[in-house]
Amino acid sequence: MDHLNDGLRDLSAYITEEKGDLIDSAGITFGELTVTASATSIVPLLTFLRDDPQCQFVNIIDICGVDWPGRAQRFDVVYHLLSPRQNSRIRIKVAAGEDEPIPSVCGVFPGADWFEREAYDLYGILFTGHPDLRRILTDYGFEGHPLRKDFPLTGFVEVRYDDEMKRVVYDPVDLRQEYRDFDFLSPWEGTDYVLPGDEKKS
Amino acid sequence: MTEHNVRNFNINFGPQHPAAHGVLRLVLELDGEIVERVDPHIGLLHRGTEKLIEHKTYTQAIPYFDRLDYVAPMNQEHAFALAVERLSDVEVPVRGQLIRVLYSEIGRILSHLLNVTTQAMDVGALTPPLWGFEEREKLMVFYERASGSRMHAAFVRPGGVHQDLPHQLVEDIGNWIDPFLKTVDDIDALLTDNRIFKQRNVDIGVVSLEECWAWGFSGVMVRGSGAAWDLRRSQPYECYSDFDFEIPIGKNGDCYDRYLIRMEEMRQSAHIMRQCVDRLLGKDKIGPVSSRDGKIVAPKRGEMKRSMEALIHHFKLYTEGYRVPEGEVYAAVEAPKGEFGVYLVSDGSNRPYRCKIRAPGYAHLQAMDFICRGHQLADVSAILGSLDIVFGEVDR
Repeated sequence: MDHLNDGLRDLSAYITEEKGDLIDSAGITFGELTVTASATSIVPLLTFLRDDPQCQFVNIIDICGVDWPGRAQRFDVVYHLLSPRQNSRIRIKVAAGEDEPIPSVCGVFPGADWFEREAYDLYGILFTGHPDLRRILTDYGFEGHPLRKDFPLTGFVEVRYDDEMKRVVYDPVDLRQEYRDFDFLSPWEGTDYVLPGDEKKS
Repeated sequence: MTEHNVRNFNINFGPQHPAAHGVLRLVLELDGEIVERVDPHIGLLHRGTEKLIEHKTYTQAIPYFDRLDYVAPMNQEHAFALAVERLSDVEVPVRGQLIRVLYSEIGRILSHLLNVTTQAMDVGALTPPLWGFEEREKLMVFYERASGSRMHAAFVRPGGVHQDLPHQLVEDIGNWIDPFLKTVDDIDALLTDNRIFKQRNVDIGVVSLEECWAWGFSGVMVRGSGAAWDLRRSQPYECYSDFDFEIPIGKNGDCYDRYLIRMEEMRQSAHIMRQCVDRLLGKDKIGPVSSRDGKIVAPKRGEMKRSMEALIHHFKLYTEGYRVPEGEVYAAVEAPKGEFGVYLVSDGSNRPYRCKIRAPGYAHLQAMDFICRGHQLADVSAILGSLDIVFGEVDR
Protein backbone atom coordinates (compact mmCIF):
# COMPACT_ATOMS: atom_id res chain seq x y z
CA MET A 1 0.00 0.00 0.00
CA ASP A 2 2.83 2.41 0.86
CA HIS A 3 4.49 2.24 -2.53
CA LEU A 4 1.11 2.95 -4.12
CA ASN A 5 0.69 5.99 -1.90
CA ASP A 6 4.15 7.23 -2.91
CA GLY A 7 3.15 7.11 -6.55
CA LEU A 8 -0.07 8.96 -5.78
CA ARG A 9 1.78 11.58 -3.77
CA ASP A 10 4.10 12.21 -6.72
CA LEU A 11 1.10 12.43 -9.03
CA SER A 12 -0.70 14.78 -6.67
CA ALA A 13 2.36 17.03 -6.38
CA TYR A 14 2.76 16.99 -10.16
CA ILE A 15 -0.84 17.99 -10.81
CA THR A 16 -0.70 20.71 -8.15
CA GLU A 17 2.48 22.10 -9.71
CA GLU A 18 1.29 21.97 -13.30
CA LYS A 19 -2.34 22.95 -12.92
CA GLY A 20 -2.56 24.41 -9.43
CA ASP A 21 -4.90 27.12 -10.66
CA LEU A 22 -7.45 24.53 -11.81
CA ILE A 23 -7.74 22.56 -8.61
CA ASP A 24 -8.83 23.59 -5.14
CA SER A 25 -7.28 20.80 -3.11
CA ALA A 26 -5.78 17.35 -3.43
CA GLY A 27 -5.57 14.63 -0.83
CA ILE A 28 -4.96 10.91 -0.45
CA THR A 29 -7.36 8.86 1.67
CA PHE A 30 -7.68 5.07 1.79
CA GLY A 31 -4.98 4.86 -0.87
CA GLU A 32 -6.93 6.94 -3.36
CA LEU A 33 -6.20 10.37 -4.75
CA THR A 34 -9.07 12.84 -4.57
CA VAL A 35 -8.91 16.23 -6.24
CA THR A 36 -11.53 18.91 -5.81
CA ALA A 37 -12.11 21.47 -8.50
CA SER A 38 -14.63 24.11 -9.42
CA ALA A 39 -17.23 23.80 -12.15
CA THR A 40 -15.46 26.21 -14.48
CA SER A 41 -12.20 24.28 -14.47
CA ILE A 42 -13.51 20.74 -14.94
CA VAL A 43 -13.19 20.63 -18.73
CA PRO A 44 -9.61 21.98 -18.91
CA LEU A 45 -8.62 19.80 -15.93
CA LEU A 46 -9.95 16.60 -17.49
CA THR A 47 -8.39 17.49 -20.82
CA PHE A 48 -5.05 17.99 -19.10
CA LEU A 49 -5.34 14.71 -17.20
CA ARG A 50 -6.19 12.88 -20.41
CA ASP A 51 -3.48 14.37 -22.60
CA ASP A 52 -0.53 14.93 -20.28
CA PRO A 53 2.07 12.21 -20.86
CA GLN A 54 2.66 11.82 -17.11
CA CYS A 55 -1.04 11.33 -16.38
CA GLN A 56 -2.74 9.69 -19.37
CA PHE A 57 -6.06 9.23 -17.62
CA VAL A 58 -7.64 8.13 -20.88
CA ASN A 59 -10.30 5.82 -19.47
CA ILE A 60 -13.47 7.34 -18.07
CA ILE A 61 -14.68 5.03 -15.34
CA ASP A 62 -17.62 6.77 -13.84
CA ILE A 63 -19.45 10.03 -13.24
CA CYS A 64 -21.99 10.18 -10.47
CA GLY A 65 -23.75 12.58 -8.19
CA VAL A 66 -23.86 12.64 -4.41
CA ASP A 67 -26.50 14.60 -2.52
CA TRP A 68 -25.66 16.57 0.63
CA PRO A 69 -28.90 18.44 1.38
CA GLY A 70 -27.37 20.33 4.30
CA ARG A 71 -24.82 22.15 2.19
CA ALA A 72 -25.27 25.39 0.29
CA GLN A 73 -24.13 23.68 -2.90
CA ARG A 74 -25.96 20.45 -2.28
CA PHE A 75 -24.50 18.17 -4.95
CA ASP A 76 -21.10 16.70 -5.57
CA VAL A 77 -20.36 15.47 -9.05
CA VAL A 78 -17.71 12.79 -8.76
CA TYR A 79 -15.56 11.79 -11.73
CA HIS A 80 -13.47 8.64 -11.65
CA LEU A 81 -10.69 8.25 -14.18
CA LEU A 82 -8.25 5.45 -14.82
CA SER A 83 -4.82 5.63 -16.37
CA PRO A 84 -3.97 2.22 -17.77
CA ARG A 85 -0.47 3.35 -18.71
CA GLN A 86 0.41 4.69 -15.24
CA ASN A 87 -1.82 2.10 -13.59
CA SER A 88 -3.44 4.62 -11.30
CA ARG A 89 -6.82 6.04 -10.54
CA ILE A 90 -7.98 9.55 -9.71
CA ARG A 91 -11.19 10.99 -8.36
CA ILE A 92 -12.27 14.55 -9.13
CA LYS A 93 -15.04 16.17 -7.14
CA VAL A 94 -16.97 19.24 -8.18
CA ALA A 95 -19.62 20.87 -6.02
CA ALA A 96 -22.82 22.06 -7.67
CA GLY A 97 -25.93 23.82 -6.47
CA GLU A 98 -29.44 22.84 -7.40
CA ASP A 99 -29.63 25.21 -10.35
CA GLU A 100 -25.97 25.68 -11.10
CA PRO A 101 -25.14 23.83 -14.27
CA ILE A 102 -21.85 22.00 -14.72
CA PRO A 103 -20.06 22.01 -18.06
CA SER A 104 -20.45 18.67 -19.79
CA VAL A 105 -17.29 16.65 -20.42
CA CYS A 106 -18.76 14.76 -23.37
CA GLY A 107 -16.31 16.63 -25.59
CA VAL A 108 -13.37 15.20 -23.63
CA PHE A 109 -14.71 11.68 -23.15
CA PRO A 110 -17.56 10.53 -25.39
CA GLY A 111 -18.27 7.89 -22.75
CA ALA A 112 -19.41 10.61 -20.34
CA ASP A 113 -22.71 10.83 -22.21
CA TRP A 114 -24.84 8.32 -20.32
CA PHE A 115 -23.18 8.93 -16.98
CA GLU A 116 -24.17 12.59 -17.17
CA ARG A 117 -27.66 11.68 -18.29
CA GLU A 118 -27.89 9.40 -15.29
CA ALA A 119 -26.74 12.11 -12.89
CA TYR A 120 -29.30 14.45 -14.43
CA ASP A 121 -32.03 11.84 -14.19
CA LEU A 122 -31.39 10.75 -10.62
CA TYR A 123 -30.27 14.05 -9.07
CA GLY A 124 -31.37 16.82 -11.42
CA ILE A 125 -27.83 18.05 -11.93
CA LEU A 126 -27.72 20.03 -15.15
CA PHE A 127 -24.87 19.69 -17.63
CA THR A 128 -24.38 22.48 -20.15
CA GLY A 129 -23.26 21.48 -23.61
CA HIS A 130 -24.48 17.90 -23.28
CA PRO A 131 -25.72 16.75 -26.70
CA ASP A 132 -28.85 14.98 -25.48
CA LEU A 133 -29.69 15.52 -21.83
CA ARG A 134 -32.74 13.26 -21.44
CA ARG A 135 -33.87 11.01 -18.64
CA ILE A 136 -32.35 7.57 -18.93
CA LEU A 137 -33.17 5.13 -16.14
CA THR A 138 -36.58 6.27 -14.96
CA ASP A 139 -39.90 5.86 -16.71
CA TYR A 140 -41.02 7.95 -19.68
CA GLY A 141 -42.68 11.03 -18.19
CA PHE A 142 -41.27 10.48 -14.71
CA GLU A 143 -41.28 13.48 -12.40
CA GLY A 144 -38.73 14.21 -9.73
CA HIS A 145 -35.19 13.03 -9.13
CA PRO A 146 -35.29 9.79 -7.17
CA LEU A 147 -31.82 9.63 -5.65
CA ARG A 148 -32.14 12.95 -3.87
CA LYS A 149 -32.23 12.48 -0.13
CA ASP A 150 -35.61 14.23 0.12
CA PHE A 151 -37.25 11.86 -2.39
CA PRO A 152 -39.17 9.17 -0.49
CA LEU A 153 -38.11 5.56 -0.96
CA THR A 154 -41.62 4.55 -1.97
CA GLY A 155 -41.90 7.29 -4.59
CA PHE A 156 -45.11 9.15 -5.35
CA VAL A 157 -46.89 7.09 -8.00
CA GLU A 158 -47.43 3.41 -8.69
CA VAL A 159 -48.37 1.83 -11.99
CA ARG A 160 -50.89 -0.83 -12.80
CA TYR A 161 -52.62 -2.11 -15.90
CA ASP A 162 -56.22 -1.02 -16.02
CA ASP A 163 -58.33 -3.66 -17.69
CA GLU A 164 -61.19 -1.30 -18.51
CA MET A 165 -59.10 1.47 -19.98
CA LYS A 166 -56.79 -1.10 -21.62
CA ARG A 167 -53.68 0.80 -20.67
CA VAL A 168 -51.23 1.35 -17.86
CA VAL A 169 -52.39 3.96 -15.37
CA TYR A 170 -50.53 5.88 -12.68
CA ASP A 171 -52.04 6.13 -9.22
CA PRO A 172 -50.73 7.81 -6.10
CA VAL A 173 -48.84 5.32 -3.93
CA ASP A 174 -51.20 3.52 -1.60
CA LEU A 175 -49.41 1.26 0.86
CA ARG A 176 -51.30 -1.50 2.68
CA GLN A 177 -49.01 -0.93 5.59
CA GLU A 178 -47.20 2.28 6.29
CA TYR A 179 -43.58 2.12 5.21
CA ARG A 180 -41.47 1.55 8.29
CA ASP A 181 -38.01 2.93 8.05
CA PHE A 182 -36.57 1.70 11.31
CA ASP A 183 -33.72 3.58 12.82
CA PHE A 184 -31.54 0.97 14.48
CA LEU A 185 -28.69 3.33 15.15
CA SER A 186 -29.07 2.99 18.87
CA PRO A 187 -31.29 0.14 20.01
CA TRP A 188 -30.51 0.91 23.64
CA GLU A 189 -31.63 4.50 23.73
CA GLY A 190 -34.74 4.24 21.59
CA THR A 191 -35.64 6.16 18.50
CA ASP A 192 -36.37 9.82 18.04
CA TYR A 193 -39.66 9.03 16.31
CA VAL A 194 -42.79 7.18 17.40
CA LEU A 195 -43.03 3.63 16.13
CA PRO A 196 -46.18 2.97 14.10
CA GLY A 197 -48.73 1.25 16.30
CA ASP A 198 -46.96 2.48 19.39
CA GLU A 199 -48.59 5.89 19.64
CA LYS A 200 -49.74 5.59 23.27
CA LYS A 201 -50.83 8.77 24.99
CA SER A 202 -48.30 9.37 27.70
CA MET B 1 -38.28 3.57 -64.33
CA THR B 2 -40.67 4.88 -61.77
CA GLU B 3 -39.55 7.29 -59.11
CA HIS B 4 -39.55 5.90 -55.62
CA ASN B 5 -39.82 7.88 -52.47
CA VAL B 6 -36.67 7.01 -50.60
CA ARG B 7 -36.99 7.54 -46.91
CA ASN B 8 -35.40 6.24 -43.75
CA PHE B 9 -37.20 3.72 -41.64
CA ASN B 10 -37.45 3.76 -37.89
CA ILE B 11 -37.92 0.41 -36.28
CA ASN B 12 -38.17 -0.77 -32.71
CA PHE B 13 -35.88 -3.60 -31.72
CA GLY B 14 -37.16 -5.02 -28.46
CA PRO B 15 -38.06 -4.67 -25.61
CA GLN B 16 -39.31 -8.20 -26.18
CA HIS B 17 -36.85 -9.68 -28.58
CA PRO B 18 -34.74 -12.73 -27.76
CA ALA B 19 -31.61 -11.16 -29.19
CA ALA B 20 -32.03 -8.05 -27.04
CA HIS B 21 -30.71 -10.09 -24.07
CA GLY B 22 -33.33 -8.76 -21.74
CA VAL B 23 -35.43 -5.66 -21.79
CA LEU B 24 -33.56 -3.43 -24.18
CA ARG B 25 -35.47 -1.21 -26.52
CA LEU B 26 -33.44 -0.03 -29.46
CA VAL B 27 -34.86 2.58 -31.78
CA LEU B 28 -33.08 1.99 -35.05
CA GLU B 29 -33.02 4.42 -37.92
CA LEU B 30 -32.43 2.50 -41.12
CA ASP B 31 -31.50 3.49 -44.60
CA GLY B 32 -32.45 0.30 -46.37
CA GLU B 33 -30.49 -2.35 -44.50
CA ILE B 34 -27.88 0.07 -43.19
CA VAL B 35 -28.15 1.34 -39.63
CA GLU B 36 -27.95 5.12 -39.54
CA ARG B 37 -28.58 5.72 -35.86
CA VAL B 38 -29.21 3.63 -32.77
CA ASP B 39 -30.98 5.03 -29.76
CA PRO B 40 -31.02 2.53 -26.89
CA HIS B 41 -33.81 3.09 -24.40
CA ILE B 42 -32.91 1.50 -21.11
CA GLY B 43 -34.38 1.59 -17.64
CA LEU B 44 -37.14 -0.93 -18.16
CA LEU B 45 -35.61 -3.02 -15.41
CA HIS B 46 -34.71 -0.10 -13.15
CA ARG B 47 -35.34 -1.13 -9.56
CA GLY B 48 -33.70 1.74 -7.72
CA THR B 49 -31.01 -0.48 -6.23
CA GLU B 50 -28.84 2.44 -5.19
CA LYS B 51 -31.72 4.14 -3.44
CA LEU B 52 -32.69 0.94 -1.65
CA ILE B 53 -29.12 0.36 -0.49
CA GLU B 54 -29.07 3.81 1.08
CA HIS B 55 -31.99 2.72 3.24
CA LYS B 56 -30.55 -0.62 4.35
CA THR B 57 -27.73 -1.63 6.63
CA TYR B 58 -24.51 -2.85 5.08
CA THR B 59 -25.47 -6.49 5.59
CA GLN B 60 -28.89 -5.98 4.07
CA ALA B 61 -27.30 -4.36 1.02
CA ILE B 62 -25.42 -7.51 -0.02
CA PRO B 63 -28.31 -9.39 -1.70
CA TYR B 64 -28.98 -6.46 -4.00
CA PHE B 65 -25.63 -7.09 -5.61
CA ASP B 66 -26.64 -10.60 -6.66
CA ARG B 67 -29.46 -9.11 -8.61
CA LEU B 68 -27.31 -6.79 -10.68
CA ASP B 69 -25.49 -9.06 -13.06
CA TYR B 70 -27.52 -12.14 -12.24
CA VAL B 71 -25.37 -14.24 -14.53
CA ALA B 72 -22.34 -14.01 -12.24
CA PRO B 73 -23.72 -12.98 -8.86
CA MET B 74 -20.77 -13.41 -6.54
CA ASN B 75 -18.43 -11.16 -8.50
CA GLN B 76 -20.65 -8.20 -7.64
CA GLU B 77 -20.88 -9.01 -3.95
CA HIS B 78 -17.14 -9.25 -4.01
CA ALA B 79 -16.73 -5.62 -5.13
CA PHE B 80 -19.03 -4.40 -2.37
CA ALA B 81 -17.25 -6.51 0.23
CA LEU B 82 -13.90 -5.12 -0.90
CA ALA B 83 -15.18 -1.56 -0.57
CA VAL B 84 -16.48 -2.14 2.96
CA GLU B 85 -13.28 -3.93 3.95
CA ARG B 86 -11.11 -1.10 2.68
CA LEU B 87 -13.11 1.44 4.69
CA SER B 88 -13.21 -0.60 7.90
CA ASP B 89 -9.69 -2.02 7.50
CA VAL B 90 -10.63 -5.68 7.80
CA GLU B 91 -8.34 -8.52 6.78
CA VAL B 92 -9.74 -11.63 5.12
CA PRO B 93 -8.11 -14.95 6.07
CA VAL B 94 -6.38 -16.92 3.33
CA ARG B 95 -8.99 -19.67 3.09
CA GLY B 96 -11.72 -17.06 2.77
CA GLN B 97 -9.79 -15.38 -0.04
CA LEU B 98 -9.33 -18.68 -1.85
CA ILE B 99 -13.03 -19.45 -1.67
CA ARG B 100 -13.79 -15.97 -3.01
CA VAL B 101 -11.40 -16.46 -5.90
CA LEU B 102 -12.80 -19.93 -6.62
CA TYR B 103 -16.34 -18.64 -6.78
CA SER B 104 -15.39 -15.51 -8.73
CA GLU B 105 -13.92 -17.76 -11.38
CA ILE B 106 -17.03 -19.95 -11.34
CA GLY B 107 -18.97 -16.74 -11.93
CA ARG B 108 -16.71 -15.83 -14.82
CA ILE B 109 -17.28 -19.20 -16.46
CA LEU B 110 -21.04 -18.91 -15.84
CA SER B 111 -21.10 -15.55 -17.56
CA HIS B 112 -18.82 -16.41 -20.47
CA LEU B 113 -20.69 -19.66 -21.13
CA LEU B 114 -23.95 -17.80 -21.33
CA ASN B 115 -22.51 -15.07 -23.49
CA VAL B 116 -20.57 -17.18 -25.96
CA THR B 117 -23.39 -19.62 -26.49
CA THR B 118 -26.25 -17.13 -26.72
CA GLN B 119 -24.23 -14.96 -29.05
CA ALA B 120 -23.87 -18.03 -31.23
CA MET B 121 -27.62 -18.42 -31.04
CA ASP B 122 -28.10 -14.79 -32.08
CA VAL B 123 -26.21 -15.49 -35.26
CA GLY B 124 -28.02 -18.72 -35.98
CA ALA B 125 -26.48 -21.67 -34.11
CA LEU B 126 -28.70 -23.69 -31.81
CA THR B 127 -26.45 -26.40 -30.41
CA PRO B 128 -23.94 -24.34 -28.37
CA PRO B 129 -26.52 -23.04 -25.86
CA LEU B 130 -27.72 -26.58 -25.24
CA TRP B 131 -24.20 -27.78 -24.51
CA GLY B 132 -23.18 -24.72 -22.54
CA PHE B 133 -26.24 -24.61 -20.34
CA GLU B 134 -25.63 -28.14 -19.18
CA GLU B 135 -22.34 -26.98 -17.66
CA ARG B 136 -23.92 -23.85 -16.26
CA GLU B 137 -26.44 -26.02 -14.50
CA LYS B 138 -23.64 -27.94 -12.77
CA LEU B 139 -22.00 -24.68 -11.73
CA MET B 140 -25.23 -23.40 -10.28
CA VAL B 141 -25.43 -26.55 -8.23
CA PHE B 142 -21.99 -25.65 -6.83
CA TYR B 143 -23.41 -22.25 -5.94
CA GLU B 144 -26.32 -23.94 -4.25
CA ARG B 145 -24.16 -26.34 -2.30
CA ALA B 146 -22.05 -23.47 -0.98
CA SER B 147 -24.72 -20.91 -0.21
CA GLY B 148 -28.10 -22.63 -0.43
CA SER B 149 -29.10 -20.64 -3.47
CA ARG B 150 -28.54 -21.24 -7.14
CA MET B 151 -28.18 -17.61 -8.08
CA HIS B 152 -28.80 -15.10 -5.33
CA ALA B 153 -26.11 -16.37 -3.06
CA ALA B 154 -25.35 -13.53 -0.59
CA PHE B 155 -22.27 -15.61 0.15
CA VAL B 156 -19.42 -13.11 -0.01
CA ARG B 157 -19.77 -10.94 3.07
CA PRO B 158 -17.54 -8.13 4.26
CA GLY B 159 -14.84 -9.89 6.27
CA GLY B 160 -14.82 -13.13 4.29
CA VAL B 161 -17.45 -15.57 3.11
CA HIS B 162 -20.54 -16.70 4.94
CA GLN B 163 -19.74 -20.39 5.38
CA ASP B 164 -16.93 -22.82 4.86
CA LEU B 165 -17.16 -25.21 1.93
CA PRO B 166 -17.71 -28.90 2.68
CA HIS B 167 -14.76 -31.08 1.76
CA GLN B 168 -16.80 -33.09 -0.73
CA LEU B 169 -17.89 -29.94 -2.56
CA VAL B 170 -14.30 -28.82 -3.16
CA GLU B 171 -13.48 -32.31 -4.47
CA ASP B 172 -16.49 -32.27 -6.77
CA ILE B 173 -15.47 -28.89 -8.15
CA GLY B 174 -12.02 -30.33 -8.78
CA ASN B 175 -13.53 -33.29 -10.60
CA TRP B 176 -15.72 -31.02 -12.71
CA ILE B 177 -12.81 -29.10 -14.26
CA ASP B 178 -11.45 -31.69 -16.70
CA PRO B 179 -14.78 -32.73 -18.25
CA PHE B 180 -15.58 -29.03 -18.55
CA LEU B 181 -12.42 -28.37 -20.56
CA LYS B 182 -13.63 -31.11 -22.89
CA THR B 183 -16.96 -29.27 -23.30
CA VAL B 184 -15.12 -26.03 -24.08
CA ASP B 185 -13.19 -27.91 -26.76
CA ASP B 186 -16.46 -29.22 -28.16
CA ILE B 187 -17.98 -25.73 -28.33
CA ASP B 188 -14.71 -24.56 -29.85
CA ALA B 189 -15.00 -27.23 -32.55
CA LEU B 190 -18.55 -26.14 -33.29
CA LEU B 191 -17.91 -22.42 -33.56
CA THR B 192 -14.35 -21.28 -34.01
CA ASP B 193 -13.88 -22.47 -37.59
CA ASN B 194 -17.54 -22.40 -38.47
CA ARG B 195 -18.04 -20.59 -41.75
CA ILE B 196 -21.35 -18.97 -40.83
CA PHE B 197 -20.16 -17.93 -37.39
CA LYS B 198 -17.07 -16.31 -38.87
CA GLN B 199 -19.04 -14.56 -41.59
CA ARG B 200 -21.29 -13.06 -38.99
CA ASN B 201 -18.55 -11.99 -36.55
CA VAL B 202 -15.20 -11.34 -38.23
CA ASP B 203 -14.65 -7.62 -38.88
CA ILE B 204 -17.98 -6.75 -37.31
CA GLY B 205 -18.10 -4.12 -34.59
CA VAL B 206 -14.45 -3.10 -34.79
CA VAL B 207 -13.34 -0.72 -32.03
CA SER B 208 -9.86 0.74 -31.76
CA LEU B 209 -8.09 0.83 -28.42
CA GLU B 210 -8.20 4.64 -28.11
CA GLU B 211 -11.93 4.58 -28.70
CA CYS B 212 -12.31 1.80 -26.11
CA TRP B 213 -10.67 3.89 -23.40
CA ALA B 214 -12.53 7.07 -24.33
CA TRP B 215 -15.89 5.30 -24.23
CA GLY B 216 -15.17 3.88 -20.81
CA PHE B 217 -14.86 0.26 -21.91
CA SER B 218 -13.22 -2.35 -19.74
CA GLY B 219 -12.69 -6.07 -19.51
CA VAL B 220 -13.03 -8.18 -22.65
CA MET B 221 -13.83 -5.11 -24.73
CA VAL B 222 -10.39 -3.52 -24.20
CA ARG B 223 -8.59 -6.85 -24.32
CA GLY B 224 -10.25 -7.54 -27.66
CA SER B 225 -8.69 -4.34 -28.97
CA GLY B 226 -5.21 -5.29 -27.85
CA ALA B 227 -4.63 -3.98 -24.33
CA ALA B 228 -3.28 -6.53 -21.87
CA TRP B 229 -5.34 -4.96 -19.14
CA ASP B 230 -6.88 -7.12 -16.45
CA LEU B 231 -7.50 -5.86 -12.94
CA ARG B 232 -6.67 -9.29 -11.56
CA ARG B 233 -3.12 -8.71 -12.78
CA SER B 234 -2.65 -4.95 -12.92
CA GLN B 235 -4.32 -4.01 -9.64
CA PRO B 236 -4.47 -7.36 -7.86
CA TYR B 237 -7.05 -7.84 -5.15
CA GLU B 238 -7.45 -10.87 -2.86
CA CYS B 239 -4.72 -13.41 -3.61
CA TYR B 240 -4.85 -13.18 -7.40
CA SER B 241 -1.14 -12.35 -7.47
CA ASP B 242 -0.43 -15.89 -6.17
CA PHE B 243 -2.03 -17.55 -9.17
CA ASP B 244 -0.60 -18.46 -12.49
CA PHE B 245 -2.79 -17.49 -15.42
CA GLU B 246 -2.52 -15.84 -18.81
CA ILE B 247 -4.40 -12.84 -20.16
CA PRO B 248 -5.56 -13.42 -23.73
CA ILE B 249 -5.72 -10.36 -25.96
CA GLY B 250 -7.13 -9.77 -29.41
CA LYS B 251 -5.62 -7.97 -32.37
CA ASN B 252 -8.55 -6.74 -34.40
CA GLY B 253 -11.08 -5.54 -31.85
CA ASP B 254 -13.98 -7.23 -33.63
CA CYS B 255 -16.74 -9.49 -32.40
CA TYR B 256 -14.81 -12.61 -33.35
CA ASP B 257 -11.76 -11.62 -31.27
CA ARG B 258 -13.97 -10.97 -28.29
CA TYR B 259 -15.48 -14.42 -28.73
CA LEU B 260 -12.02 -16.00 -28.86
CA ILE B 261 -10.94 -14.14 -25.72
CA ARG B 262 -13.97 -15.36 -23.80
CA MET B 263 -13.24 -18.93 -24.84
CA GLU B 264 -9.64 -18.66 -23.68
CA GLU B 265 -10.63 -16.92 -20.45
CA MET B 266 -12.86 -19.85 -19.59
CA ARG B 267 -9.85 -22.16 -19.88
CA GLN B 268 -7.75 -19.78 -17.79
CA SER B 269 -10.49 -19.58 -15.17
CA ALA B 270 -10.57 -23.36 -15.02
CA HIS B 271 -6.81 -23.26 -14.52
CA ILE B 272 -7.18 -20.81 -11.62
CA MET B 273 -9.92 -22.97 -10.15
CA ARG B 274 -7.62 -25.99 -10.29
CA GLN B 275 -4.98 -24.09 -8.31
CA CYS B 276 -7.62 -22.93 -5.81
CA VAL B 277 -8.96 -26.44 -5.34
CA ASP B 278 -5.46 -27.82 -4.81
CA ARG B 279 -4.77 -25.27 -2.11
CA LEU B 280 -8.17 -25.69 -0.48
CA LEU B 281 -7.61 -29.44 -0.29
CA GLY B 282 -3.93 -29.19 0.62
CA LYS B 283 -2.10 -26.32 2.29
CA ASP B 284 -5.16 -24.32 3.34
CA LYS B 285 -7.39 -27.25 4.16
CA ILE B 286 -8.35 -25.85 7.52
CA GLY B 287 -8.58 -22.31 8.71
CA PRO B 288 -11.08 -19.53 9.24
CA VAL B 289 -13.05 -18.36 6.22
CA SER B 290 -13.92 -14.96 7.57
CA SER B 291 -12.45 -12.35 9.83
CA ARG B 292 -12.58 -13.09 13.55
CA ASP B 293 -13.57 -9.51 14.26
CA GLY B 294 -16.87 -9.88 16.10
CA LYS B 295 -17.76 -6.26 15.38
CA ILE B 296 -18.13 -6.99 11.66
CA VAL B 297 -18.73 -10.71 11.21
CA ALA B 298 -21.64 -12.30 13.02
CA PRO B 299 -20.85 -15.39 15.11
CA LYS B 300 -22.06 -18.84 14.08
CA ARG B 301 -25.23 -20.07 15.68
CA GLY B 302 -23.57 -22.70 17.86
CA GLU B 303 -21.17 -20.16 19.25
CA MET B 304 -23.98 -17.73 19.87
CA LYS B 305 -25.81 -20.30 22.01
CA ARG B 306 -22.87 -20.75 24.33
CA SER B 307 -21.04 -17.45 24.57
CA MET B 308 -22.57 -14.31 26.05
CA GLU B 309 -20.27 -12.06 24.06
CA ALA B 310 -21.19 -13.81 20.83
CA LEU B 311 -24.86 -13.38 21.69
CA ILE B 312 -24.39 -9.64 22.15
CA HIS B 313 -22.49 -9.38 18.88
CA HIS B 314 -25.18 -11.35 17.12
CA PHE B 315 -27.93 -9.13 18.47
CA LYS B 316 -26.09 -5.91 17.65
CA LEU B 317 -25.10 -7.04 14.15
CA TYR B 318 -28.60 -8.12 13.16
CA THR B 319 -30.36 -5.04 14.54
CA GLU B 320 -28.07 -2.09 14.29
CA GLY B 321 -25.56 -3.65 11.94
CA TYR B 322 -21.98 -2.52 11.96
CA ARG B 323 -20.83 1.02 11.51
CA VAL B 324 -18.35 1.80 8.79
CA PRO B 325 -15.87 4.64 9.39
CA GLU B 326 -16.50 7.88 7.58
CA GLY B 327 -14.89 8.20 4.20
CA GLU B 328 -15.21 7.32 0.56
CA VAL B 329 -13.67 4.55 -1.43
CA TYR B 330 -13.86 3.11 -4.93
CA ALA B 331 -13.32 -0.63 -5.13
CA ALA B 332 -13.30 -2.44 -8.45
CA VAL B 333 -13.10 -6.06 -9.47
CA GLU B 334 -12.57 -7.66 -12.83
CA ALA B 335 -16.08 -8.98 -13.29
CA PRO B 336 -16.69 -11.22 -16.33
CA LYS B 337 -18.10 -8.29 -18.26
CA GLY B 338 -15.45 -5.76 -17.34
CA GLU B 339 -14.61 -3.47 -14.48
CA PHE B 340 -17.37 -3.64 -11.90
CA GLY B 341 -16.86 -0.92 -9.32
CA VAL B 342 -18.54 0.26 -6.16
CA TYR B 343 -18.10 3.86 -5.08
CA LEU B 344 -19.06 3.83 -1.44
CA VAL B 345 -19.52 6.97 0.63
CA SER B 346 -19.93 6.38 4.35
CA ASP B 347 -21.00 8.98 6.89
CA GLY B 348 -19.99 6.79 9.81
CA SER B 349 -23.44 5.33 10.40
CA ASN B 350 -24.73 1.81 9.85
CA ARG B 351 -26.03 2.55 6.35
CA PRO B 352 -24.16 3.52 3.21
CA TYR B 353 -24.62 7.22 2.55
CA ARG B 354 -24.15 6.70 -1.15
CA CYS B 355 -23.38 3.54 -3.05
CA LYS B 356 -22.79 4.14 -6.71
CA ILE B 357 -22.60 0.98 -8.74
CA ARG B 358 -20.39 1.24 -11.77
CA ALA B 359 -21.57 -1.45 -14.13
CA PRO B 360 -19.38 -2.35 -17.10
CA GLY B 361 -22.39 -3.08 -19.33
CA TYR B 362 -23.67 0.47 -18.92
CA ALA B 363 -20.56 1.95 -20.50
CA HIS B 364 -20.55 -0.71 -23.22
CA LEU B 365 -24.18 -0.25 -24.16
CA GLN B 366 -23.92 3.51 -24.55
CA ALA B 367 -21.47 2.95 -27.37
CA MET B 368 -24.05 0.97 -29.39
CA ASP B 369 -24.78 3.98 -31.57
CA PHE B 370 -21.10 4.55 -32.23
CA ILE B 371 -20.30 0.89 -32.98
CA CYS B 372 -23.39 0.03 -35.03
CA ARG B 373 -23.42 3.02 -37.35
CA GLY B 374 -22.97 1.91 -40.93
CA HIS B 375 -23.44 -1.77 -40.15
CA GLN B 376 -26.19 -3.98 -41.53
CA LEU B 377 -29.31 -4.49 -39.49
CA ALA B 378 -28.42 -8.14 -38.94
CA ASP B 379 -25.10 -7.11 -37.36
CA VAL B 380 -26.86 -5.27 -34.56
CA SER B 381 -27.67 -8.50 -32.78
CA ALA B 382 -24.13 -9.85 -33.31
CA ILE B 383 -22.64 -6.66 -31.84
CA LEU B 384 -25.09 -6.61 -28.98
CA GLY B 385 -24.21 -10.21 -28.23
CA SER B 386 -20.50 -9.52 -28.19
CA LEU B 387 -20.89 -6.49 -25.89
CA ASP B 388 -22.16 -8.93 -23.26
CA ILE B 389 -25.05 -6.97 -21.80
CA VAL B 390 -27.09 -8.05 -18.82
CA PHE B 391 -29.91 -5.75 -17.93
CA GLY B 392 -29.79 -6.34 -14.22
CA GLU B 393 -26.59 -4.33 -14.01
CA VAL B 394 -27.29 -1.81 -16.76
CA ASP B 395 -30.61 -0.67 -15.33
CA ARG B 396 -29.86 -1.23 -11.65
